Amino acid sequence: MHTKPVSPWKQALQLGLLGGAVAILLSLVGMVAAFGERYIVSGWFTMGQVLFLAPILFLSYTCVRRISPQPAWILLLCGLLSGLVGSALLVALVIIGQAVNLRAMFINASPELYGLLTFGLEGAAGILALLLVGMVIGLFSAGLFKLPTRLRSAVTLALMMTILIGLLRDLIMTIVAQWVIKADAFPEWLGWAKTAIYFIADFFNKRIFAASGLTPISAVVIFLLICGISFFRDSRKLKIVKREIPKSKQQLRRVITFGGVAILFLILPFVLGIYFAEILDNVGLFILMGLGLNIVVGFAGLLDLGYVAFYAIGAYTMGVLTSPELGFFNLTFWQALPFALLFSVLAGVILGLPVLKMRGDYLAIVTLGFGEIVRLLALSDWLSPWLGGTQGIQLIAQPTIGNFVFNTQAELYYLFLIGIGIVAFVSWRLKDSRLGRSWMALREDEDVAVAMGIDHVTTKLMAFATGALFSGLAGTIFAAKLQSVYPHSMNFLVSINVLSLIIIGGMGSIPGVFVGALVLIAAPDILREFAEYRYLAFGALMVVMMLLRPEGLWPEARRKLELHETEIPPEIVDEESVPGLEPDAAS
Amino acid sequence: MRRNWRQRITITDLVVWGIGIAIGAVVVIGTIATLKSGKYAPSTWVDLSIKGLALGGVYALIAMGYTLVYGVLRMINFAHSEVFMSGPFTAVFLANYLARTGFLDRQPALSMLMILLLSMAVSMSIALLLERVAYRPLRTAPRLVPLITAIGASFFLQYTFRGLYGSGFEAYPIPKVLQGSIQLGTIRLFYTQIVAILGAVLMMIILYTIVQRTKMGKAMRTISEDKEVAAMMGIDVDRTIAFTFALGGLSAGAAGILYSLLFPVVNFFMGFFPGLKAFTAAVLGGIGNVAGAFLGAIIIGLLESVGPNLFLDGLGIPTPSQLKDAIAFTILVFILIFRPTGILGERVAQSKA
Repeated sequence: MHTKPVSPWKQALQLGLLGGAVAILLSLVGMVAAFGERYIVSGWFTMGQVLFLAPILFLSYTCVRRISPQPAWILLLCGLLSGLVGSALLVALVIIGQAVNLRAMFINASPELYGLLTFGLEGAAGILALLLVGMVIGLFSAGLFKLPTRLRSAVTLALMMTILIGLLRDLIMTIVAQWVIKADAFPEWLGWAKTAIYFIADFFNKRIFAASGLTPISAVVIFLLICGISFFRDSRKLKIVKREIPKSKQQLRRVITFGGVAILFLILPFVLGIYFAEILDNVGLFILMGLGLNIVVGFAGLLDLGYVAFYAIGAYTMGVLTSPELGFFNLTFWQALPFALLFSVLAGVILGLPVLKMRGDYLAIVTLGFGEIVRLLALSDWLSPWLGGTQGIQLIAQPTIGNFVFNTQAELYYLFLIGIGIVAFVSWRLKDSRLGRSWMALREDEDVAVAMGIDHVTTKLMAFATGALFSGLAGTIFAAKLQSVYPHSMNFLVSINVLSLIIIGGMGSIPGVFVGALVLIAAPDILREFAEYRYLAFGALMVVMMLLRPEGLWPEARRKLELHETEIPPEIVDEESVPGLEPDAAS
Repeated sequence: MRRNWRQRITITDLVVWGIGIAIGAVVVIGTIATLKSGKYAPSTWVDLSIKGLALGGVYALIAMGYTLVYGVLRMINFAHSEVFMSGPFTAVFLANYLARTGFLDRQPALSMLMILLLSMAVSMSIALLLERVAYRPLRTAPRLVPLITAIGASFFLQYTFRGLYGSGFEAYPIPKVLQGSIQLGTIRLFYTQIVAILGAVLMMIILYTIVQRTKMGKAMRTISEDKEVAAMMGIDVDRTIAFTFALGGLSAGAAGILYSLLFPVVNFFMGFFPGLKAFTAAVLGGIGNVAGAFLGAIIIGLLESVGPNLFLDGLGIPTPSQLKDAIAFTILVFILIFRPTGILGERVAQSKA
């Protein structure tokens, strides 16, 4: 990395302009206004304001960091300048917007937006306020940079967590409200629990949260609390302590953790309530598909953009075989399941065979084409006697065990849980198996892998078949959940959802799939305002992730090493002195 | 190493050829059945072909973006369909404004030129921005990384424009002068189709000249041979790649306006299908090859407009035009399987892709 010496003022100007441009973009796509009513701190500031101030803060911080070996007053002034320039761009937007009707073109350039940008103040006062806030933010970023590292990360974390808690106000309150309803039904001898729940609910309602967002006092308390905890908790010390625990105790600890997590998952729908059971089902569905695509993309490195096809084939097979509406077979869920899985696997192999020789870009396009062909066929009038055309298929059988029917969201949650359990276990075992290692060898260098005696035909086909199997399973449960399938729910966006979740979680990493699904699938369901912008955010996240952290949020160890080949951490080179990894050999 | 045919043919080849022959049989039987039934008059086929030619011309201009970028970077710019969308989707506001003030019908040539220039400028800026932000930092990254970035960028752009201009459809005003048609014997030619064909051909000639005759074009071709050597020869690689993206953006912006003459509605999703078909065209002609892209695009355009009626109608498939996109994808899949080099291309799909 070489950097030309650039004048700090120019740097500040450029990054300030960039920050302002990003803030304007966020305003004009409507995100700022959409979050304008969601208060983080009640009566003080909203998520919308966070959205347009965050890019300015981030970029003036970047600016200060870049020019860092400079005297403190230059850092402060540069931070100030970049914050000022950023907010000046927003001021320009407000002034232009009030003079000319931008709404004819940009549908979100509404008076509400300008009101938000100027903090609700009229005319010159609002503009001054915006400029002032920009300058304060610039100064704040410079000050933040000057803090000692440990304090700085504590402050950053606390800031983000406070915003997050403020954002999740509705979620937390819904859960608590649902506890209160449950507590009302408690028998007499649980009176103390009832009181406790009432107390908690009251505490949350009155003290922590206002009608929207946190109360000012609780915001400050939470901020200081998190700041203090993370400052005094030295994470490095914890790791060393953990290493010194004897083996038997470590195992016990692992069993306890595992049991705890398992119990948590089992009681989750009861704790969270009905509305969240629906969200959990959604997340479960995407975890199932994500685990499958993780094998194809993450393990074997085959970029499949038509992954929805197998999901569609699983769902449609289930529909055709069980629906009395079509009346071909009228099987039960469990009778139809093996066939649905079989057809998905077959589709995987049929797609896999012709594309064996292709790599990278071409594979992506062909699989995309395949996915679209499946959707168009399902949609067409031609096949509508068999597949229902645009109407889809209704009255699909529900899974039953004895007399028990998986009907409600909470019951289906357990079905997903079982499915995910099996699939996660299988992919975890596959990962380090002979097959899994062959996949990774193919991913890293196909020619070398083949030269080493790996049969690339079977290996790739196995990847496609396994991925298709998992996706087909997800499709069948999806069909059973809705009791219907529609061609419109089988579009390209499903593939993109799954792909972005495994990329953001970390390609090839199984826990990454869970993290990715929680972040990407649950977030739009929890924050309604966000749902509108989910694909915008997914796209941006994919780009940013690839630029800054290509290994994902929860990276797989080998993948991380592979992606950071050129920047081998010094301790590895020191300890083993890996041959052939000298800086110039790697570049 | 020579082996006898029994060893060389694998089960994979058998399956692939089986599918290929089945598709070929569908096409032949369908065509014969359709022609025998005599359901369509000869003039219908001519009309459909002209429609296909106009569409093909537009696809050719979009395909140029894929082909040029592939030439210099060896990567498929997935976000090119959004570069294509951005131009006309922005210019529609200018067009609407001009139509409201009546300027569009008073000065059709001048207004169309203004709309065209705006669209080209917007598409070019988006292409340049894309290159600078998303692709340049990743030029040495593993193959999968820029590919994923491109997909992400494509979605980001699509939904950014959705956020900016709304998710609805905007109708494109067409000047009154271009709204009619002329009758040549039994053939009916719409003015918009004529403009689209002529515009596309003109634009292709300009692009071809730039790539073949100018210094910058020469630099582009050198880079596509070998990037390192080109840099050593004193070619500014960054600038040339940016120029390539700009050129692709310009032609996509022009294509966008011609496309909206043929289908006068725009929305944020309009890039997806034309983009995919243009990509198919680029691959069919041989990716990295300018003349090939043109040839491939004409073929795709013709197949798309004539194909559903010709191949599928005879087989008794109802409303075959529903499957026109499926036909394009099937063609794509099969070219990539049987002849990934395309008609005029070098062998790249397996070795370098």
